Amino acid sequence: MWQALYEELRGRNFVVLAIALDKSAEDARPWIEKAAPTYPVLIDTQHAVADLYNIVNVPTALWIDERGRIVRPNDVVFGTDTFKHITQLESARPLAAVRAWARGETAGFTAEEARALQTLPTEQAQQARAEFGLAEWLARQGRAEAAERHFVRAGELAPHDFTIRRGSMPIRGIDPMGPQFREMIQAWAASGHSYYLPLPDTRG
Amino acid sequence: MFTLIDQDRTHDVAARVEGGRLLLSAEALRDALGWELHEGTLCNDAMCVPLPAGSRLGDGGVFDLAEVAATLGRPLALDVDAGAAFLGVSAGERAQTLGSLMAPDFTLPDLAGRSHTLSSFRGKKVFMVAWASW
Repeated sequence: MWQALYEELRGRNFVVLAIALDKSAEDARPWIEKAAPTYPVLIDTQHAVADLYNIVNVPTALWIDERGRIVRPNDVVFGTDTFKHITQLESARPLAAVRAWARGETAGFTAEEARALQTLPTEQAQQARAEFGLAEWLARQGRAEAAERHFVRAGELAPHDFTIRRGSMPIRGIDPMGPQFREMIQAWAASGHSYYLPLPDTRG
Repeated sequence: MFTLIDQDRTHDVAARVEGGRLLLSAEALRDALGWELHEGTLCNDAMCVPLPAGSRLGDGGVFDLAEVAATLGRPLALDVDAGAAFLGVSAGERAQTLGSLMAPDFTLPDLAGRSHTLSSFRGKKVFMVAWASW
């Protein structure tokens, strides 16, 4: 998905680092093999990066500068317009912004601006992540019934966190594109919420 | 035996369940989680956290895991029936790290099992993107 962007900009001291929030490497493998990326694609079965960066849905992109500082916090960026008819989000503006940053034409946000755009986790969101962590471990031990209690609890505590609510579906044997997913996002929209929360400046 | 998961490390410890509470000995607390009680403060090798006023944590050499987590300000997912608990990271700690804008470091494997560490890309601009097959 990001191969063309990476090839275009790699000479600019720029790298794409993709993190798959999947239940196993095998779930992510067909997508990775099809895309044949030459940038690293890492597998995060325990959602460690979601916890570290307060990532609540995919795709979520951040810009990290040469000194290891976040210069653009969590944003929704699609690499293509494949899902535009569903997401209502175009890829052109966010990708143009990445290119301009990689080429040094823009600097990303100042620290003050970046902080103002960050969403920090609540205690309840972190409790949800602990419940997810316990559930994910129980599921790996083959204890589906015990795991289910904690996946459900995690989703109740963090209804906005789709890395938990949708991301747990494949672990629980639920189709993440199926009727339960559609019901979930319809209810979320009906209660006045957005499934995708892009940053306002380059919103597609 | 009871399994305590402290982020990515798991420890099997001897523990007693009483009225839905998980009770650990001082030894189990130290061996599994690295915390010891010294004169009203809970310490590991990096820091000490004072017990709240009136806390009975450690009375009689018994440590209620939920109280340990509360004292440390960390979320705890506990399932006494399943014999496992997961200690997470507090919102305060995450907020402090993210608010510093220094990108939290991590190491994860790729499909081939090779490890990659975010900080090894220092000196480059990193477009980091989380995605999933779902």
